[in-house]
Amino acid sequence: MPRPRTTWPRTGQTPLDDRRHPRARRRRRPSGALLGVVPFFAYTTVFLVIPTLVVVVGAFTSGAGVTLGNVEALTQPAVLAALQHSVVLSAVTAAGGAVIGAVLAYAVSTGRGGGVMTRFVTSLCGVLAQFGGVALAFAFLASFGATGFLTTWLARIGVDTGPGLWLYEWDKGLMLVYLYFQVPLMLIVFLPAVEGLRPQWREATETLGGSTWVYWRRVAAPILLPSFVGAMLLLFTNAFSAYATAAALVSQGSPLLPLAIGNTLTSEVILGQENVGKAMALAMVVVVAIVMGLYAVLDRRASKWLTP
Amino acid sequence: MSGNRAAARRRQALFRWATISICLVFFALPLLGMLEFTTRGPGGTRSPQTWATLVDFGTVSAEYPVLREGFLSSMGLAVFTVVIMLALLVPTMTWVRLRLPHLSRTVEFMCLLPLTVPAIVLVVGLTPVYAWVTYLFGESTLWLSLAYVILVLPYAYRSLDAGLRAIDVKTLAEASRSLGAGWGTVMVRIVLPNLRTAVLSASFLSVALVLGEFTIANLFSRKNLQVAMYELGKSDAKISIAVGLAALVFAFVVLFAMSFIGGARAAAAPVARTGRKESA
Repeated sequence: MPRPRTTWPRTGQTPLDDRRHPRARRRRRPSGALLGVVPFFAYTTVFLVIPTLVVVVGAFTSGAGVTLGNVEALTQPAVLAALQHSVVLSAVTAAGGAVIGAVLAYAVSTGRGGGVMTRFVTSLCGVLAQFGGVALAFAFLASFGATGFLTTWLARIGVDTGPGLWLYEWDKGLMLVYLYFQVPLMLIVFLPAVEGLRPQWREATETLGGSTWVYWRRVAAPILLPSFVGAMLLLFTNAFSAYATAAALVSQGSPLLPLAIGNTLTSEVILGQENVGKAMALAMVVVVAIVMGLYAVLDRRASKWLTP
Repeated sequence: MSGNRAAARRRQALFRWATISICLVFFALPLLGMLEFTTRGPGGTRSPQTWATLVDFGTVSAEYPVLREGFLSSMGLAVFTVVIMLALLVPTMTWVRLRLPHLSRTVEFMCLLPLTVPAIVLVVGLTPVYAWVTYLFGESTLWLSLAYVILVLPYAYRSLDAGLRAIDVKTLAEASRSLGAGWGTVMVRIVLPNLRTAVLSASFLSVALVLGEFTIANLFSRKNLQVAMYELGKSDAKISIAVGLAALVFAFVVLFAMSFIGGARAAAAPVARTGRKESA
């Protein structure tokens, strides 16, 4: 048996069904059932696998042939700086967003399960986390720009935010904007985990004489830790691969890796430089893949306790 | 003891409202900034002028042809993407469940793969592919939907997977087959109606995602709504910020409505549940 059972729906299988059909199916399978999935695999090959291969192959070739030149070009100071900025920005906003988002998620989880408040907050967070892009950049321009209303407000209560240029700097304005979509993403990703905490565990702790502190320190925290770290990794990749918001805010230079990659596509670069773009793209995929791999491991660990 | 409980519960409620309020204020401020900016009139007064223009479709398309072009492209892209996505995923996923269960892992892997390939990287790799697409089909913006289908794959897969899990496809298919239905009839008249909710939520998510897409369109120099907004932002900030706010509000309304239909959270965060499906 090529273990198909786990993937079938669990309901409604009669014994007869169970015993006879797998064999019949196996006999029928080569005779054309595979044809049914050809469109799907053809499509994903053309629009997903080939592009990925183009990036991977392009990173190691130039007009002449196989080369390590593109990968070596990654050590240029400008590229290294962009990579470093991207990593720092993603790491800081992932950590900050994870902490704030986790507190928010816990607060929401203490409310009534299907209440309007919960739905409102999750929907709002869904929008801000995933569909913002250019609009989020505009929101911050309108609020914190030179004549923005928060700038004016802050000035009125005596806080001078300067000429408004801080908004365009990767380690100030961009951090704030990124946090603005990281916190909501954390809520969406982490809420299922905190909702999985069972009241019985707290009661059990209390029965055994443990205080609230002991409950959090010895019970909840160890259970939530894998989910928390996993969610943080997800936030990291989210910030690391974001392009739209940064592109709409930063109009000069390319302080971040995605912007640098975008630049190699749009600007008239010296011939042969476009494969440096592919090398940068490959570096990005490698970082994201490593982080997502870690995430998958942690997620499996997290699901041990928190499955409903 | 019960007094303690009540006090604890009050404390918890206080904590809940305080946290949620602070966060909502943080989320609301930049959005208010948008609203404030778009309602500015001459000399520090409020004026609904921008919004009046925006609501009046005739004026907008006459004064801002870029916006009109972008809006229409995005609408077309949304429809195309949803149609291709459904045509690709629903039959494949059903078929895999019915006849090729050993392939389900592969299909899932393919569908979740775009999560590890950032859009900006996809653009780099898609450049030669799109050279062919342009060569074969022409320059229309609508062909971007072919790439958008890849972007929405993980989200759509999660919704549809949840939907398929909730019904017994195999029995349904066998029942209708034994009553003489062909595979086409099974798909269109049996599976699809039973997947209504899942199809709906997959479609809405795809629409929202397509309406918010910027990276690919911008780098391929095609004009969709976001690119139009971005370009307009350089010359007429007010109207483009108004469009941005309207897009966010629209996406929110869609998600909020969907949360009452059900399954929205699982669908909104496809990665949140990776690997937990067996026990879900």
